[in-house]
Amino acid sequence: MLAESLVLAGLIFVVGTLGVIVRRNVIIMFLCIELQLNAVNLTFVAFSRFVGIEGQLFVFFVMTVAAAEAAVGLAIIISIFRHYETVNVNRFDLLKW
Amino acid sequence: MTEVLFFVFAAVALGGSLGVVVSRSPVSSLLFIVATLASTAGIFVLLEAHFLAAIQIMVYAGAIMVLFLFVIMLLNLGHDYRGDIRGRVAMIFGFAVTGGMGGLLARQLGSGSAGLETNLGAGDAIDAALLEHGAVGAIAQPLFTDYVVAFELTGILLLVALVGALVLAKKAS
Repeated sequence: MLAESLVLAGLIFVVGTLGVIVRRNVIIMFLCIELQLNAVNLTFVAFSRFVGIEGQLFVFFVMTVAAAEAAVGLAIIISIFRHYETVNVNRFDLLKW
Repeated sequence: MTEVLFFVFAAVALGGSLGVVVSRSPVSSLLFIVATLASTAGIFVLLEAHFLAAIQIMVYAGAIMVLFLFVIMLLNLGHDYRGDIRGRVAMIFGFAVTGGMGGLLARQLGSGSAGLETNLGAGDAIDAALLEHGAVGAIAQPLFTDYVVAFELTGILLLVALVGALVLAKKAS
Protein backbone atom coordinates (compact mmCIF):
# COMPACT_ATOMS: atom_id res chain seq x y z
CA MET A 1 0.00 0.00 0.00
CA LEU A 2 3.04 2.26 0.43
CA ALA A 3 3.72 2.71 -3.28
CA GLU A 4 0.03 3.40 -4.00
CA SER A 5 -0.03 6.04 -1.24
CA LEU A 6 3.01 7.75 -2.74
CA VAL A 7 1.40 7.75 -6.20
CA LEU A 8 -1.80 9.23 -4.75
CA ALA A 9 0.15 11.91 -2.85
CA GLY A 10 2.06 12.82 -6.01
CA LEU A 11 -1.15 13.10 -8.02
CA ILE A 12 -2.83 15.30 -5.37
CA PHE A 13 0.27 17.51 -5.24
CA VAL A 14 0.27 17.89 -9.02
CA VAL A 15 -3.44 18.79 -9.06
CA GLY A 16 -2.80 21.36 -6.31
CA THR A 17 0.05 22.89 -8.32
CA LEU A 18 -2.20 23.12 -11.37
CA GLY A 19 -4.81 24.90 -9.28
CA VAL A 20 -2.33 27.44 -7.94
CA ILE A 21 -1.10 28.22 -11.45
CA VAL A 22 -4.43 28.23 -13.30
CA ARG A 23 -6.92 29.86 -10.93
CA ARG A 24 -7.13 33.59 -10.20
CA ASN A 25 -9.37 33.56 -7.14
CA VAL A 26 -6.94 34.05 -4.27
CA ILE A 27 -9.00 31.95 -1.83
CA ILE A 28 -9.05 28.98 -4.21
CA MET A 29 -5.29 29.39 -4.78
CA PHE A 30 -4.87 29.25 -1.02
CA LEU A 31 -7.05 26.13 -0.81
CA CYS A 32 -4.85 24.52 -3.48
CA ILE A 33 -1.78 25.28 -1.34
CA GLU A 34 -3.52 23.47 1.52
CA LEU A 35 -4.07 20.58 -0.90
CA GLN A 36 -0.33 20.46 -1.59
CA LEU A 37 0.46 20.47 2.15
CA ASN A 38 -1.99 17.61 2.58
CA ALA A 39 -0.29 15.62 -0.17
CA VAL A 40 3.07 16.08 1.54
CA ASN A 41 1.51 14.95 4.83
CA LEU A 42 0.32 11.78 3.11
CA THR A 43 3.86 11.18 1.85
CA PHE A 44 5.26 11.59 5.37
CA VAL A 45 2.74 9.15 6.85
CA ALA A 46 3.41 6.61 4.09
CA PHE A 47 7.16 6.84 4.66
CA SER A 48 6.73 6.54 8.43
CA ARG A 49 5.83 2.88 7.81
CA PHE A 50 9.26 2.60 6.23
CA VAL A 51 11.52 4.86 8.31
CA GLY A 52 9.95 5.21 11.76
CA ILE A 53 7.55 7.20 13.93
CA GLU A 54 9.39 10.47 13.13
CA GLY A 55 7.37 10.75 9.92
CA GLN A 56 4.17 11.03 11.93
CA LEU A 57 5.77 13.64 14.21
CA PHE A 58 6.67 15.70 11.16
CA VAL A 59 3.03 15.59 10.04
CA PHE A 60 2.06 16.91 13.48
CA PHE A 61 4.39 19.89 13.05
CA VAL A 62 3.29 20.47 9.44
CA MET A 63 -0.34 20.65 10.59
CA THR A 64 0.57 23.24 13.23
CA VAL A 65 2.44 25.36 10.70
CA ALA A 66 -0.48 24.98 8.26
CA ALA A 67 -2.86 26.31 10.92
CA ALA A 68 -0.60 29.32 11.57
CA GLU A 69 -0.18 29.90 7.83
CA ALA A 70 -3.95 29.77 7.26
CA ALA A 71 -4.59 32.31 10.02
CA VAL A 72 -1.98 34.79 8.77
CA GLY A 73 -2.82 34.23 5.09
CA LEU A 74 -6.54 34.78 5.61
CA ALA A 75 -5.78 37.95 7.60
CA ILE A 76 -3.71 39.20 4.64
CA ILE A 77 -6.56 38.31 2.24
CA ILE A 78 -9.06 40.25 4.38
CA SER A 79 -6.74 43.25 4.53
CA ILE A 80 -6.18 43.19 0.72
CA PHE A 81 -9.91 42.77 0.11
CA ARG A 82 -10.62 45.89 2.17
CA HIS A 83 -8.35 47.85 -0.16
CA TYR A 84 -9.27 46.44 -3.60
CA GLU A 85 -12.82 45.06 -2.99
CA THR A 86 -11.95 41.93 -5.03
CA VAL A 87 -10.21 38.57 -4.67
CA ASN A 88 -8.97 38.37 -8.25
CA VAL A 89 -5.16 38.31 -8.17
CA ASN A 90 -4.94 40.14 -11.53
CA ARG A 91 -6.18 43.28 -9.78
CA PHE A 92 -3.44 43.17 -7.12
CA ASP A 93 -1.00 45.17 -9.27
CA LEU A 94 0.62 47.61 -6.86
CA LEU A 95 4.10 46.11 -7.39
CA LYS A 96 3.65 45.61 -11.15
CA TRP A 97 5.48 47.88 -13.63
CA MET B 1 -10.83 -5.35 2.45
CA THR B 2 -8.02 -2.91 3.21
CA GLU B 3 -7.12 -2.63 -0.45
CA VAL B 4 -10.73 -1.95 -1.44
CA LEU B 5 -11.07 0.71 1.26
CA PHE B 6 -7.79 2.27 0.16
CA PHE B 7 -8.93 2.57 -3.44
CA VAL B 8 -12.30 4.02 -2.40
CA PHE B 9 -10.56 6.66 -0.24
CA ALA B 10 -8.00 7.34 -2.98
CA ALA B 11 -10.74 7.86 -5.58
CA VAL B 12 -12.62 10.28 -3.30
CA ALA B 13 -9.40 12.17 -2.47
CA LEU B 14 -8.37 12.53 -6.11
CA GLY B 15 -11.87 13.43 -7.28
CA GLY B 16 -12.17 15.98 -4.50
CA SER B 17 -8.86 17.59 -5.36
CA LEU B 18 -9.90 17.86 -9.02
CA GLY B 19 -13.18 19.38 -7.85
CA VAL B 20 -11.28 22.05 -5.89
CA VAL B 21 -9.51 23.15 -9.06
CA VAL B 22 -12.46 23.10 -11.48
CA SER B 23 -15.41 24.33 -9.40
CA ARG B 24 -16.38 27.97 -9.84
CA SER B 25 -17.76 28.87 -6.45
CA PRO B 26 -15.27 29.10 -3.55
CA VAL B 27 -17.81 27.40 -1.27
CA SER B 28 -18.03 24.26 -3.41
CA SER B 29 -14.23 24.28 -3.71
CA LEU B 30 -14.10 24.28 0.06
CA LEU B 31 -16.57 21.38 0.36
CA PHE B 32 -14.52 19.39 -2.16
CA ILE B 33 -11.33 19.96 -0.17
CA VAL B 34 -13.12 18.81 3.00
CA ALA B 35 -13.97 15.56 1.20
CA THR B 36 -10.31 15.21 0.18
CA LEU B 37 -9.06 15.83 3.73
CA ALA B 38 -11.56 13.39 5.23
CA SER B 39 -10.62 10.59 2.85
CA THR B 40 -6.94 11.32 3.45
CA ALA B 41 -7.71 10.80 7.15
CA GLY B 42 -9.15 7.41 6.17
CA ILE B 43 -5.90 6.56 4.39
CA PHE B 44 -4.00 7.64 7.55
CA VAL B 45 -6.03 5.08 9.51
CA LEU B 46 -5.15 2.40 6.96
CA LEU B 47 -1.47 3.37 7.39
CA GLU B 48 -1.78 2.93 11.21
CA ALA B 49 -1.58 6.66 12.04
CA HIS B 50 -4.74 6.83 14.12
CA PHE B 51 -3.96 9.96 16.14
CA LEU B 52 -3.03 11.89 13.00
CA ALA B 53 -6.29 10.79 11.37
CA ALA B 54 -8.21 12.16 14.36
CA ILE B 55 -6.46 15.55 14.34
CA GLN B 56 -6.71 15.68 10.54
CA ILE B 57 -10.50 15.51 10.90
CA MET B 58 -10.76 17.81 13.93
CA VAL B 59 -8.09 20.43 13.24
CA TYR B 60 -7.78 20.42 9.46
CA ALA B 61 -11.22 19.53 8.11
CA GLY B 62 -12.91 21.03 11.15
CA ALA B 63 -11.14 24.15 12.37
CA ILE B 64 -9.02 25.37 9.46
CA MET B 65 -11.68 24.77 6.79
CA VAL B 66 -14.33 26.45 8.95
CA LEU B 67 -11.93 29.41 9.19
CA PHE B 68 -11.79 29.52 5.38
CA LEU B 69 -15.58 29.27 5.17
CA PHE B 70 -15.88 32.06 7.72
CA VAL B 71 -13.68 34.33 5.59
CA ILE B 72 -15.64 33.47 2.42
CA MET B 73 -18.87 34.38 4.20
CA LEU B 74 -17.31 37.52 5.72
CA LEU B 75 -16.17 38.78 2.31
CA ASN B 76 -19.53 37.71 0.81
CA LEU B 77 -17.96 35.68 -2.01
CA GLY B 78 -20.48 32.84 -2.04
CA HIS B 79 -22.44 34.24 -5.01
CA ASP B 80 -19.42 34.89 -7.23
CA TYR B 81 -19.90 32.42 -10.07
CA ARG B 82 -17.84 34.19 -12.71
CA GLY B 83 -15.12 31.98 -14.13
CA ASP B 84 -11.63 32.93 -13.02
CA ILE B 85 -9.48 30.52 -15.01
CA ARG B 86 -6.40 32.29 -16.35
CA GLY B 87 -5.71 32.94 -20.03
CA ARG B 88 -4.17 30.65 -22.62
CA VAL B 89 -0.49 31.33 -21.82
CA ALA B 90 -0.92 30.50 -18.14
CA MET B 91 -2.99 27.42 -19.05
CA ILE B 92 -0.19 26.13 -21.31
CA PHE B 93 2.39 26.95 -18.63
CA GLY B 94 0.34 25.23 -15.93
CA PHE B 95 -0.23 22.07 -17.91
CA ALA B 96 3.45 22.01 -18.95
CA VAL B 97 4.59 22.27 -15.31
CA THR B 98 2.12 19.67 -14.06
CA GLY B 99 2.83 17.39 -17.01
CA GLY B 100 6.54 17.62 -16.28
CA MET B 101 5.97 16.85 -12.61
CA GLY B 102 3.68 13.93 -13.45
CA GLY B 103 6.18 12.60 -15.95
CA LEU B 104 9.02 12.75 -13.43
CA LEU B 105 6.81 10.99 -10.87
CA ALA B 106 5.86 8.21 -13.30
CA ARG B 107 9.49 7.75 -14.32
CA GLN B 108 10.71 7.61 -10.72
CA LEU B 109 8.03 5.13 -9.65
CA GLY B 110 8.53 3.03 -12.74
CA SER B 111 12.22 2.62 -12.01
CA GLY B 112 12.39 2.31 -8.22
CA SER B 113 9.13 1.10 -6.70
CA ALA B 114 10.28 -2.49 -6.33
CA GLY B 115 12.33 -1.88 -3.18
CA LEU B 116 9.67 0.17 -1.42
CA GLU B 117 7.57 -2.72 -0.16
CA THR B 118 10.44 -4.30 1.76
CA ASN B 119 9.77 -3.22 5.32
CA LEU B 120 12.92 -2.61 7.35
CA GLY B 121 11.18 -3.31 10.66
CA ALA B 122 10.13 0.31 11.14
CA GLY B 123 6.48 -0.56 10.57
CA ASP B 124 6.70 -3.38 13.10
CA ALA B 125 8.30 -0.98 15.61
CA ILE B 126 5.39 1.45 15.13
CA ASP B 127 2.88 -1.38 15.62
CA ALA B 128 4.66 -2.42 18.82
CA ALA B 129 4.64 1.15 20.13
CA LEU B 130 0.92 1.42 19.31
CA LEU B 131 0.22 -1.76 21.25
CA GLU B 132 2.34 -0.67 24.21
CA HIS B 133 1.44 3.02 24.59
CA GLY B 134 -1.82 3.36 22.63
CA ALA B 135 -2.49 5.60 19.64
CA VAL B 136 -1.76 8.89 21.44
CA GLY B 137 1.12 7.61 23.56
CA ALA B 138 3.04 6.28 20.56
CA ILE B 139 3.27 9.86 19.23
CA ALA B 140 3.55 11.58 22.60
CA GLN B 141 6.49 9.46 23.78
CA PRO B 142 9.03 10.83 21.22
CA LEU B 143 7.27 14.22 21.00
CA PHE B 144 7.84 15.06 24.67
CA THR B 145 11.31 13.51 24.96
CA ASP B 146 13.41 13.82 21.80
CA TYR B 147 11.50 16.62 20.09
CA VAL B 148 10.39 18.71 23.06
CA VAL B 149 12.34 21.81 21.92
CA ALA B 150 10.62 21.73 18.53
CA PHE B 151 7.28 21.29 20.30
CA GLU B 152 7.83 24.37 22.49
CA LEU B 153 8.97 26.39 19.46
CA THR B 154 5.70 25.40 17.78
CA GLY B 155 3.89 27.03 20.68
CA ILE B 156 5.83 30.27 20.11
CA LEU B 157 5.06 30.06 16.39
CA LEU B 158 1.33 29.79 17.12
CA LEU B 159 1.51 32.81 19.44
CA VAL B 160 3.31 34.86 16.77
CA ALA B 161 0.77 33.80 14.14
CA LEU B 162 -2.10 34.74 16.46
CA VAL B 163 -0.72 38.23 17.15
CA GLY B 164 0.23 38.71 13.49
CA ALA B 165 -3.24 37.74 12.24
CA LEU B 166 -4.85 40.15 14.71
CA VAL B 167 -2.58 43.02 13.68
CA LEU B 168 -3.04 42.35 9.95
CA ALA B 169 -6.82 41.96 10.01
CA LYS B 170 -7.73 44.88 12.26
CA LYS B 171 -8.86 48.10 10.64
CA ALA B 172 -6.23 50.80 10.28
CA SER B 173 -7.14 53.52 12.73
